[in-house]
Amino acid sequence: MAQMNMVQAINSGLDVMLGRDPTVVVLGEDVGYFGGVFRCTEGLQRKHGEHRVLDTPIAEGGIVGAAIGMGVNGLRPVAELQFADYMYPAYDQIVSELARLRYRSGGDFFAPVTVRMPCGGGIRGGQTHSQSPEVLFAHVCGIKVAMPSTPYDAKGLLVAAIEDDDPVILLEPKRLYNGPFDGDPHRPATGWQAHPGGEVPEGHYTVPFGKAQVVRSGTALTIIAYGTMVHVAEAAARAEGIDAEIIDLRSIVPLDVETICASVKKTGRCVIAHEATRFAGFGAEIATTVMEHCFWQLEAPIARVAGWDTPYPHAFEWEYFPGQARVRAALRQVMEPA
Amino acid sequence: MVMRSRLHVPRTPARPGEAPDFSYLQLSPAGAIARPDPAAPCSQLGTLPSGLVRVLDDEHRAVGPWNPHLDPHELQLGLRHMLLTRTFDDRMVRMQRAGRLSFYMKSTGEEAVSVAAAMALQPGDMLFPAYRNQGLQVVRGQPLVALMCQLLSNTRDMCKGRQLPVMYHSVPNRLFSISGNLTTQYPQAVGWAMAAAIKGEDHIAATWTGEGSTAEADFHHALLFASVYRAPVLLNVVNNQWAISTFQGTAGGEAVSFAARGPAYGIPGLRVDGNDFLAVHAATDWAAQRARTGHGATLVELVTYRASAHSTSDDPSRYRPRDEYERWPLGDPVERLKQHLLALGEWSEERHAALQAELDATVQAAWQEAVTYGTMSDGPKLDRDLMFEDVFKEVPAHLEQQREQLRREQEL
Repeated sequence: MAQMNMVQAINSGLDVMLGRDPTVVVLGEDVGYFGGVFRCTEGLQRKHGEHRVLDTPIAEGGIVGAAIGMGVNGLRPVAELQFADYMYPAYDQIVSELARLRYRSGGDFFAPVTVRMPCGGGIRGGQTHSQSPEVLFAHVCGIKVAMPSTPYDAKGLLVAAIEDDDPVILLEPKRLYNGPFDGDPHRPATGWQAHPGGEVPEGHYTVPFGKAQVVRSGTALTIIAYGTMVHVAEAAARAEGIDAEIIDLRSIVPLDVETICASVKKTGRCVIAHEATRFAGFGAEIATTVMEHCFWQLEAPIARVAGWDTPYPHAFEWEYFPGQARVRAALRQVMEPA
Repeated sequence: MVMRSRLHVPRTPARPGEAPDFSYLQLSPAGAIARPDPAAPCSQLGTLPSGLVRVLDDEHRAVGPWNPHLDPHELQLGLRHMLLTRTFDDRMVRMQRAGRLSFYMKSTGEEAVSVAAAMALQPGDMLFPAYRNQGLQVVRGQPLVALMCQLLSNTRDMCKGRQLPVMYHSVPNRLFSISGNLTTQYPQAVGWAMAAAIKGEDHIAATWTGEGSTAEADFHHALLFASVYRAPVLLNVVNNQWAISTFQGTAGGEAVSFAARGPAYGIPGLRVDGNDFLAVHAATDWAAQRARTGHGATLVELVTYRASAHSTSDDPSRYRPRDEYERWPLGDPVERLKQHLLALGEWSEERHAALQAELDATVQAAWQEAVTYGTMSDGPKLDRDLMFEDVFKEVPAHLEQQREQLRREQEL
């Protein structure tokens, strides 16, 4: 075991897979010589060669399009899009091609492509460097979508993604790269060294898709979250003194309906938290799933905590971000007696 | 006088009721364009993007430096493939008109573009077709019955009923799955070629798109990546003058040829008579040699004419003169190769008629077999459970539930 932050864990995952499997290639803007703007690919080109860790032109559609062709020709490409906000030029290649190639060819062709992209706010990125577009992928049939909340999960999900024959979108909450951010920007940042999720095996391991993690057991209510909001939820529940059960989904496609519903049936109350905008966000899918399976066990209406339905504003980052205050208000609302 | 900017709207030479006008088309005489060494640097390729590589002259002789010197047997095989493609197309449109198929797209007038290219490439080369390249499927030996079963979405459909007609594929024949979205295959072909180079393999990739679709960003991404990584790939633009109702000028063909996009990216651009079987063969061979010897990609513009409607859902009489194809200066690819073989003394009208009769019978027999595997209206039906497979490698729980829900729904 080693102590790693999320950047180091992702770097380790790529390093392990480049070393184990000669068909793995990494491509993206600035990922080669420089090692990526967030340093996730630092040293990989030097170690594994410039044929396997490729700097690309600034053309996300070209990056994903080329990765699909590489995947069809027997490679396992890992494409980095520099920010999730930059994925839109690649969206047609992801939605119409990558996600549907196996289906449209009757199972004859597939492209085992992993697309990594840093997402989420909290770094003063403004409206083009802060988005959480996970639901735009979840709505597409044929791609798996994961978002880790710890370095351990980031590496495990990344290795699982590379080894998966289905395409995977891995959204990396960039505010978590250096520490488990609890939603309070005024407190000094804490690193991963004090968090159990910062303990990362140096070798090969995987975290499977579709297996949520109960990060805290409790009886009063269930909080369903992923990415940064797992840590915000933990802090908010602690501050409220509520015995919350907190579930980290880890992947939203596939979705671990079993773990979600077992918890809500036990607690009878449910709060869903994500950083992405609220309207038609993934919270709506979770809320409906809970309603369908747990309606007769629910003691209170389900509450959603999310970003506002506006673009992510530069000047009002912390008013936009669904921090502890917004989560705590939802916890109180759900705990109110009928 | 005050100078003002004026919006320029490219003029379509002729609309219905007007006389066809191909004066915009720049032609070169057969044999007039020099054939550089395939290893020549892009900067030394001179007039290739603006000239027109042609081999067959007006007397049906093969002339000039691009003459591929194919033996008569190869030429006869090319004629057979083109005629089979045309016969297949004609029959499938009749079947669509008879209500047996939902949709079809002919390649009439463009057969040489696919057939000559596929014959010039190696069997191990990977082809990324567009939707009007059925000649590639024919040359690569796709059984007609398999193609027809795809068109019928029946129990033997390679796509399991998931794709519009003509979106064929084959793993063993190295024909990539055709997308209904335009030019998405372009960067994919480049990526495939990059992978071949990364792995140190000798195979190359080839892809096709229409001139209208060169406007898509994917086209430009592909040229850029192909140039940057010197990918062993052939990028073909089938300039058939028409993107449904939109003339090639609106796609940017008015200012400069489509082949000329190549040199701007550092990729050679070849402008080729797409109705000249020998010229297409020779240009493909030149570009393939270049790719195989580490000199990277070539952009090949194949100048041809879409003789038929865009698809069975289209009526070209509403946007172009009815007699335009009769005035098309580059003729018909099947007729031109036939005349060349006749001029060589390697063909006869009797043999041609016999070949046509044989191909008619072949297509007819294939259709009779294909419909036994089901049609849209009768015969065996695809298993509806297949709808839920291949979304992912394994069928996930929520799709199993939906499959079960559909089963119950059907029992009501």
